[in-house]
Amino acid sequence: MAKVTLKNLKHSYYPNPSKPEDYALKEIDLSWDDGGAYALLGPSGCGKSTLLNIISGLLVPSEGQVLFDDKDVTQLSPADRNIAQVFQFPVIYDTMTVYNNLAFPLRNRGVDADSVDKRVREIAEMLELSEMLDQRASGLTPDNKQKISMGRGLVRDDVNVIMFDEPLTVIDPLLKWKLRSKLKELHLKTKATMIYVTHDQTEALTFADQVVVMQEGEIVQIGSPVELFERPSHTFVGHFIGSPGMNVIPCEVKDGSAFIGGDRIEVEGEINPVADARTEIGIRPEFVSIGKKGIEAKVRKVVDLGRHIVVEAVVGDIKVNAITDDRNITSDDIVHLSFAPKYTRVYANGWIATREGV
Amino acid sequence: MALELRQVSKKVGADTHIHPTSLKLESGGFNILLGATNAGKSTLIKLLAGLEKPTSGEVWMDGENVTGVTPQKRNIALVHQFFVNYPHLSVFENIASPLRVAGVAKSEISDRVQQAADILQLGPMLQRRPDELSGGQQQRCALARAIIKESKAVFLDEPLANLDYKLREELREQLPDLFAGRGAIVIYATSEPSEALLLGGHTALMHEGRITQFGPTSQVYRLPVDDISAVVFSDPPINTAEVTKSGDTIRLNEDVSWVATGDVSALADGAYKIGIRPHFVSPLSDMAGAVEIRGVVQITELSGSESVAHFKVGDQTWVSLAAGVHPYKIGQEHIFNMNPRACFYFDADGKLAATGGAHG
Repeated sequence: MAKVTLKNLKHSYYPNPSKPEDYALKEIDLSWDDGGAYALLGPSGCGKSTLLNIISGLLVPSEGQVLFDDKDVTQLSPADRNIAQVFQFPVIYDTMTVYNNLAFPLRNRGVDADSVDKRVREIAEMLELSEMLDQRASGLTPDNKQKISMGRGLVRDDVNVIMFDEPLTVIDPLLKWKLRSKLKELHLKTKATMIYVTHDQTEALTFADQVVVMQEGEIVQIGSPVELFERPSHTFVGHFIGSPGMNVIPCEVKDGSAFIGGDRIEVEGEINPVADARTEIGIRPEFVSIGKKGIEAKVRKVVDLGRHIVVEAVVGDIKVNAITDDRNITSDDIVHLSFAPKYTRVYANGWIATREGV
Repeated sequence: MALELRQVSKKVGADTHIHPTSLKLESGGFNILLGATNAGKSTLIKLLAGLEKPTSGEVWMDGENVTGVTPQKRNIALVHQFFVNYPHLSVFENIASPLRVAGVAKSEISDRVQQAADILQLGPMLQRRPDELSGGQQQRCALARAIIKESKAVFLDEPLANLDYKLREELREQLPDLFAGRGAIVIYATSEPSEALLLGGHTALMHEGRITQFGPTSQVYRLPVDDISAVVFSDPPINTAEVTKSGDTIRLNEDVSWVATGDVSALADGAYKIGIRPHFVSPLSDMAGAVEIRGVVQITELSGSESVAHFKVGDQTWVSLAAGVHPYKIGQEHIFNMNPRACFYFDADGKLAATGGAHG
């Protein structure tokens, strides 16, 4: 397994890119440690697939370098990079048995029969496929097929990195749960460097130690799931991560304080000078409480999610969500919202503009 | 407006796709079909819509037997998981097509298309072709076509499944408003329990070609009639375990037992299966009347706002879900607190026999 470094990567699908919009990837600098679990998270069109294709060698970047450990692999073909990939749709041979499917990547590399057998059985055990080794792959359920796909990715222990491209998108929620924890377990057991690409925040956050959030060809934030959740550095990250996402409420910054309407809002710490920037308060629904004090709001909708309740209220014409356990709130109620100062931040032109409180 | 299945079944060759099913759906609020892939949701939709003929039984719409009537004659609309639009027509013409077929006057068409496009935020894209739109816009175009013709019944078969997570969230929020006050019966198929809860209305749980439970969504969630219904409507998956009741004591294993609560004490002594959702199993000890369960943590998942731990109790795996970040150590024993009042008790046939008192 290897450390993966991306240096000054830029990519454009146009022959002569001139303006920033011409680039699908704008300027990517990243390094991923050997043995880590990483995720690339972002909406369709954010550049995550382009980045993945550059790492796997399907695409040569317009500028910059890809390094595996200290070796420059930028110009190498996928076959010469020694990597494994698992795709959204299971890639397996329907006519072969499960055993032969798992053995294929090893036999392809000329591994001797005894070692193949040992490794295939080991991987099958981890994936709970041992009982099915002699079955043909064609008759299996979608989740078992995807397990074989994963198994084929994991079976070689000499690969530099294993990449997963939306591997659970077509899997049912309950099975998704099982496969997700399986993958997590496999990472603990194999210590392989894994890169997981998805638009699904839950998958990214639960799988990875570190998540790279992308938007429009750029990295917006790199952090642990907790960092991304608790202190988004951009309103996009706040919105994209969390369900519902972070509330973003226009505010006015005067003499170092933030105001919504006439109400002064206590925030996490000192506010940086914001000049003429567009300023907003960012606060997650989890940290909004409904009580007797605070900003007046009207309840528009109450959604019972079983575990908790999401109250959608409006302050003026701005929507603010709050998560609560109070089952007595109903539509059209007039309520008062208060924000936990530790989790209340000011954003200027989208970027965080408060300093962390002490 | 009502749409009804009376003892409808569907067989294909020797395979039973739908067992005899009776169901009455009404307008106002969504009617959700929730179940895993292959549970029979799409087949049920096809039977309701007239795309497939039942092997036995009848379909009634508004007091009329429509069993053999083609979908074209039923005034219904369908939206599928895959975005279906006419690729050679503009967005305007795509949305207008049901009105053109119905022979609506030109002047009226333009107004109604504009109106539908405004609701679905497609106003600026009317002259484009579907392939120039993003996935979310393409699906909104299909939805605009479904709302424009004032159908009696609208079938939405996992319409958001192929969209980005966030986009799904946005459209899901808009959907109920889109159909509110139109008088149409809305039927929505999904494999995601959270989607059913978000959309509210009524939910029918499906499993292997049968409807196991039907009722108001939050009621179905809080009081599953049997173990299968509890599994179908839980995400993360519900924990299940065998317990024995003897007098007032419920015993999970040698170390763990608790006093019967709710209507559990009235049960006959013997073996039961319990079901308890992961958010009632917590690493925190702030719950009154909680039962301690020790387990070796296998895997943890942090979503930022919540922590999930998979842990082993004997040879069984349990899942805990709690708000906040918890410092679990993989491979080590942790203490979890289970709320026995939130347990469902199922009998040998899997039927709900009692609950611990707090419907969870």
